[in-house]
Amino acid sequence: MKMKRPAKRMADKFVIGLLGLSVVLIMAILVVILGNIAMHGAKMLTWEFISQPPRDGLTAGGILPAIVGTAALVILMSIAAVPLGVATAVYLHEYTPAEGLALAWRRFRVSKGQAGRSHLFMRAMSALLATVTRTAVANLAGVPSIVFGLFGLGFFIQFIGGAIDRATQPPGETLWSQGSLLWAACTLALLTLPTVIVATEEALRTVPQDQREASLALGATQWETIRRVVLPGSLSGILTGAILGISRGAGEVAPILFTGAAYYLPYLPQRVTDQFMHLGYHVLILSTQSPDVEATKPLLYGTVFVLLALTFLLNLAGVIIRSRTRSRR
Amino acid sequence: MRHFDREIEQVKELLLRMGAMVEDQINQSIRALLERDTSVAQKVIDSDSYIDQMELTIDERTIELIATMQPAAVDLRFVATAMKITPELERIADLAVDVCERAIELNREPPLKPLVDIPRLARIAQDMVRQSLDSFVRRDAALAREVIARDDEVDSLTEQSFRELLTYMLEDSKNISRAIRLTFIGKYFERMADGATNICEMVVYLAEGKVIKHSGAGHDTD
Amino acid sequence: MTTMDFVASAPRSATSQPQTATKIDVRDFNFYYGEAKVLHGIALDIPEKQVTALIGPSGCGKSTFIRSINRMNDIIPGARAEGRIAIDGKDLYAPGVDVVALRRRIGMVFQKSNPFPKSIYENIAYGLRIGGISDRRVLDETVERSLKRAALWDEVKDRLGGSALSLSGGQQQRLCIARALAVDPDVLLMDEPASALDPIATQKIEELVYELKNNYTIVIVTHNMQQAARVSDRTAFFMLGKLVEYAETRTIFMNPTEKMTEDYITGRFG
Repeated sequence: MKMKRPAKRMADKFVIGLLGLSVVLIMAILVVILGNIAMHGAKMLTWEFISQPPRDGLTAGGILPAIVGTAALVILMSIAAVPLGVATAVYLHEYTPAEGLALAWRRFRVSKGQAGRSHLFMRAMSALLATVTRTAVANLAGVPSIVFGLFGLGFFIQFIGGAIDRATQPPGETLWSQGSLLWAACTLALLTLPTVIVATEEALRTVPQDQREASLALGATQWETIRRVVLPGSLSGILTGAILGISRGAGEVAPILFTGAAYYLPYLPQRVTDQFMHLGYHVLILSTQSPDVEATKPLLYGTVFVLLALTFLLNLAGVIIRSRTRSRR
Repeated sequence: MRHFDREIEQVKELLLRMGAMVEDQINQSIRALLERDTSVAQKVIDSDSYIDQMELTIDERTIELIATMQPAAVDLRFVATAMKITPELERIADLAVDVCERAIELNREPPLKPLVDIPRLARIAQDMVRQSLDSFVRRDAALAREVIARDDEVDSLTEQSFRELLTYMLEDSKNISRAIRLTFIGKYFERMADGATNICEMVVYLAEGKVIKHSGAGHDTD
Repeated sequence: MTTMDFVASAPRSATSQPQTATKIDVRDFNFYYGEAKVLHGIALDIPEKQVTALIGPSGCGKSTFIRSINRMNDIIPGARAEGRIAIDGKDLYAPGVDVVALRRRIGMVFQKSNPFPKSIYENIAYGLRIGGISDRRVLDETVERSLKRAALWDEVKDRLGGSALSLSGGQQQRLCIARALAVDPDVLLMDEPASALDPIATQKIEELVYELKNNYTIVIVTHNMQQAARVSDRTAFFMLGKLVEYAETRTIFMNPTEKMTEDYITGRFG
């Protein structure tokens, strides 16, 4: 479409205006939602709210057990997910062949009759393992969160928990084969694992290959190189990925429905085998199970506000850690 | 470029040694002539091979320097100048040998006349050679130009000496062989002075980058 | 003083070397990337405490060869070596050779300087730490000694704790040299160490190599022929994976034996 100059300039301005409008729209939506929550929720933020358990059938009181439960869950989940995720990513990126399964297999096939063939075979097998792992991780990322919950129930609670109970508990006892912090944390860990693995691999990728070479040329083993050069050099990326995963897991509700969340407990959780209350779950309960909708509305706002604040704090921590480790370079 | 500077210094040192050897040869040749000392003359003739050796050594070193160090600007001019000065010095040394050969021949006969002009000529030539090397060491273009100017003095002294020897030849035919030998000796010293002049033209090139040879400011050797 | 005295005391040529022991002995060395043969029957002996330069057009195998000396090619998939490379008589490719220990005896400097994102001090101390040395005094001494050997001490002695990445390109490369020297290797391999640097920094590196060869055997790959001529005692000319000619540097650059060498040196090749 041929346009004259003044028409072109107008088209330019039109597009810029449109883009600006969409930004304004998004900001507006964000402001409306957050503003609404902040307005109604902030005023609930009394000392009582934070430090007292709910009473009167969840229509009054505070949300202390939910806060404690969420915190405990997040901590356990991090302990389960982060080391495992980082280790997996390190294995995938540093120890498996970079050239991929197809190439590794072809190299093995064409090396018929040459020395060092077994070495190429091991490389191909390693590449196979890497491909399988990466496929598994990618698929895991796409699983709906409710399915994680069911998996947690069937595998962790009934299968593993049941086996532990049969082995260690008097018959009939269900200490391990019921919902608890432990199994909920494991289930959430599975959910956040792909995020941690992918982010860690990304971080490892940012370490230039020539630094690994420099370390090897100085007489370091591969593990020493990873420990002293690669991991310190990718720390900020790894932490970012970890916090990203953790903050996502902190907000998930579906996986913990069957694996340990309770809608009301008169005590705080003290052992990993205890059940727990949870902020996100509490929101669900308050909005669907409460006997008095009007009375619980402010509590609901307050709970949502605390939950969002928690998420924001986690993200903020991520940003701060990232900028600090990055500026140290 | 410290390594490179060391290499350049070594070439300079070799050249100066060669210069010193050549000056010594000239000195000894004048001595052999004035003192009519055949043994001194013979020593000069025998020592010439060392000077030839030095020329070959410096040649090899300078080419190696160019091949391995890629000198530029004044360093390149220095190496090029060094390569051109060495054959001049070698020729000057050969001239000293020629003087000694004629001196040995003269010593077999009684002296023709008291030598006046030729020693003067010889001293001037010797001076010019020494100063040409000084100007090279100090890269002193002004001194080099002074030396070049003295060449006229040498030429006129040679002319004068030749005319005097001519009268001796015309006077008595028995004088001819000695007079001719003395004429040659004068010519040899004159050519030494020309060599010194050539060296000085090269020093001007080294110091200023200006080529003054063939421009009338200096003289060509035959 | 007589003429003869002058001659006797004339200085000898700075670059003519007396016969020295062989440090690295290469026999019939072939190298493959998968099916492609990239080095054909290389044979040469690299003398001790001298600088040997490897020159040749791109892809001629000189980088592959130098990396074979400290077996850095092992990390490349599909890479395979045949033949013998021996240091002090011990074959590096014999079965059972501890590659990690081998690499500690050989220092390597790469084309693009690759300091770790750590402090200057920690970069140099790295080699020692992985060798199990953690005594602060030993580390301090070694760091100072290495930086002095690499002609970098004066420039960084007040900021050893600063990041290595804050140095200029030339300084970083000298840091990498110091890092390699810290573990006191016998042999120093340099793969185009100055090709990413400006002329002044390049000059400093070359001057450094002259000094280092008093204590280390140095093998240097360079695509810059003039650099090879300036810096090395012996030069090996590679082409298409074969060693075409290997001789004293002055011979190669003044009067090479092979026509291919001469064509390359004079720029008539390609």
